Amino acid sequence: MTSDKTAATSSVSQMDSVMLGVKGLTKRFGEVVANDDVDLNIMPGEIHALLGENGAGKSTLVKMLYGSLQPTAGEIIWKGKPVRIASPYEARQLGIGIVFQHFSLFDALSVADNIALSLAGDENIKSIAEKALEFSGRYGLPLNPRSMVGDLSVGERQRVEIVRCLLQNPELVILDEPTSVLTPQEAERLFETLEILKGEGRSVLFISHRLEEVRRLCDKATILRNAKVVGECLPREETAASIARMMVGSEISHVRKQTSDKPESQPLLELNDVNLQAATPFSVTLKDINLTVGAGEIVGIAGVAGNGQSELFEAVSGERLQGHAGAIRMRGMDVGRKGINWRRKHGAAFIPEERLGHGAISEFHLSENMLLARHQSDKVAFQWGHGLGIIWQDLVRKATDRVCEMMDVRKPGRNPVAASLSGGNLQKFLVGRELDRQPSVLVINQPSWGVDAGAASRIRQAIIDLARSGSAVLVISQDLDEIFELSDRIAVMYDGRLSSPLSAAEVGREEVGLLMAGIGISEDRHAA
Amino acid sequence: MGLFEAILLSIVTSATPLLIAALGELVTERSGVLNLGVEGMMIMGAVSGFAFGIMTGNPYLGMLGAIVTGALFSLVFAFMTITLVTNQVATGLALTILGLGVSGLWGEAFVGIPGVRMQPIEIPLLSQIPFIGKLLFAQDLIFYISILLLAGVSYFLFRSRAGLTLRAVGDNHVSAHALGISVAKTRYLAVMFGGACSGLAGGHLSLVYTSQWIENMTSGRGWIALALVVFASWRPTRVLIGAYLFGAMGILQLHIQAQGVKIPSQFLSALPYIATVVVLVIISRNRRLTMMNTPASLGKGFVPDR
Repeated sequence: MTSDKTAATSSVSQMDSVMLGVKGLTKRFGEVVANDDVDLNIMPGEIHALLGENGAGKSTLVKMLYGSLQPTAGEIIWKGKPVRIASPYEARQLGIGIVFQHFSLFDALSVADNIALSLAGDENIKSIAEKALEFSGRYGLPLNPRSMVGDLSVGERQRVEIVRCLLQNPELVILDEPTSVLTPQEAERLFETLEILKGEGRSVLFISHRLEEVRRLCDKATILRNAKVVGECLPREETAASIARMMVGSEISHVRKQTSDKPESQPLLELNDVNLQAATPFSVTLKDINLTVGAGEIVGIAGVAGNGQSELFEAVSGERLQGHAGAIRMRGMDVGRKGINWRRKHGAAFIPEERLGHGAISEFHLSENMLLARHQSDKVAFQWGHGLGIIWQDLVRKATDRVCEMMDVRKPGRNPVAASLSGGNLQKFLVGRELDRQPSVLVINQPSWGVDAGAASRIRQAIIDLARSGSAVLVISQDLDEIFELSDRIAVMYDGRLSSPLSAAEVGREEVGLLMAGIGISEDRHAA
Repeated sequence: MGLFEAILLSIVTSATPLLIAALGELVTERSGVLNLGVEGMMIMGAVSGFAFGIMTGNPYLGMLGAIVTGALFSLVFAFMTITLVTNQVATGLALTILGLGVSGLWGEAFVGIPGVRMQPIEIPLLSQIPFIGKLLFAQDLIFYISILLLAGVSYFLFRSRAGLTLRAVGDNHVSAHALGISVAKTRYLAVMFGGACSGLAGGHLSLVYTSQWIENMTSGRGWIALALVVFASWRPTRVLIGAYLFGAMGILQLHIQAQGVKIPSQFLSALPYIATVVVLVIISRNRRLTMMNTPASLGKGFVPDR
């Protein structure tokens, strides 16, 4: 088991008791340096934050610690001894466990099966299930070993990941963006679990974009920027702004928001009893969704992922059609039976959650991705030959340049393929691609998911500016901070239903959190 | 032995190779690899089984040759799709075409030559049971193997750790890799198991079903086996039902024709395929069940990021 010198580590001589030390770790992918001479020390019983923007090198560092990547140079020291971690299996043997950001679970297998897969040896599934139950009780992580992972909510999946990790009795637990998918209440519960782990003398490496959380929870923080360690700090003695400054290297511009003061604006997007049958067993059925978004207004839809947000996006964007035309109205027109291109041509714009594969094709150049989205809505500008559909390559490229300049998209080369951009930069491009058209209705799903603070603030500002110029904006997001930063009114999705929207100025986070957990939305169902 | 009994007996014989080939492909597909080369691997099994059979004069050694040839032949596919990450559909089709071609060339000398044949093994006492005794306990060795294979595959997939690993690889190869499971190794083994089963099924055609080599003698059985896997929605026990259903249809259509019933023979020959389509439509209505059993990474190549 773990060492019994628990919290008293700071007073003991630091060098001897380091749980995990990293010295001069470097990782190169061809020309690109992902980690450059990185140093990191984690003490027993310490919750250590690893901070940095997207592309700063956090994931690469974590992958090396977990043995799924090999360092180019430098060494990893585990409890005083230099080690080579050749595989995730060896990492687990040493006592390093990880909870992935994109959960590495198997949808079609049961919870017990999922847990069994990460344990070495031939222990039978039944005894694993019993142990899992015991651990879930001890750490306050309720779960049912027999349920299929595909049926679980995101929060429940994370619990499975954590229990799976803890069953290996790790001394260091790495958590990659653990709270980005949780409700505030679920996050709170996670922090309690982490405190228990800390009390047992285990260390935690905590990666998060949410600086307030880091300040509350973490004992120490290491900050990465451009593949290098730029500093360490004690988060409790810093402000979120000062930490963000270290991460970005400059001041982050504050998003300016003036609340729209036209209370009765003209409705541009109307949803009247929108229903949509679930397409797959793992998706959600939309039930009687009603919402109106007026000109100049931003309505935010909060909710834990997997409660019907992507289905709502499909319905509004026209990827799946409604039963009758009046179910969705845009700018006073019935569009429920019209497809995406029709809706786009008539002034709507849609930005999906998944950037590669849905928003853009990874192997296509930016200009081609530009054309894919706008070939109909900008037919006049981009094509010639009277219906022959010959492309003005030059004009498309110029428009691409214009978008990249407007949104400050940083890219390798003038017109690279979409996959070569970092997540944040690609998202800026995708947002810019739509905003460039000045749409009168914008629907955007997870505008800044996994995007660093600088890019996020740029995207949010662009959304607000669009709304203030008289467009209707519907923002779907899991990130409550983002919802509150952007929205004039807030509605919450739970199990395919939408709560009635509340004024953002009057509603509290607590209240929204409860709605996200389904309290207050589905009473009628429980009564039935 | 009455006509009815004779029909049942021939149904068992025609269902056995379907069952074996489909079980092999089921294991392959559960690991996330779609090998459309079943027909090609079967025909290679048939020709090599025949060749080793007349060479050694022993049908059992012939069968061993068929199994090994099937596994080796599938290795070509495994190397292409797993190591070189080529498109699985195209590679599988190529494997079928290659198999049909190579077997035709190799088998040219065997056309019209009598081969060796496996004799039924009567299990004492059990084979004396009236009616079912002759049907189930006086069969050739391969029939018994097919039933053991069914039990073995069911146990392996759903009760053993290795089977769990295999299903995990088929469900999500990225997660499996992240957990330190070797995706490539698992898939190589699964593909080779499928190849061995196809070889065995092919050997059955030239060493049990008949004792001769005829070019293209698999005549689409490999494709039926592939359809069976989907038909069974990747569950071994349903493969058994499907194999016997399809086997029965194949035999009954011969008898219906022999009775002079006025139905075009082409329609009757097409019946198993029509049945596949109908059943696919019916089972795909229960999407939840289908998705729970369909290997989610089926047909997708895997390149680890390093």
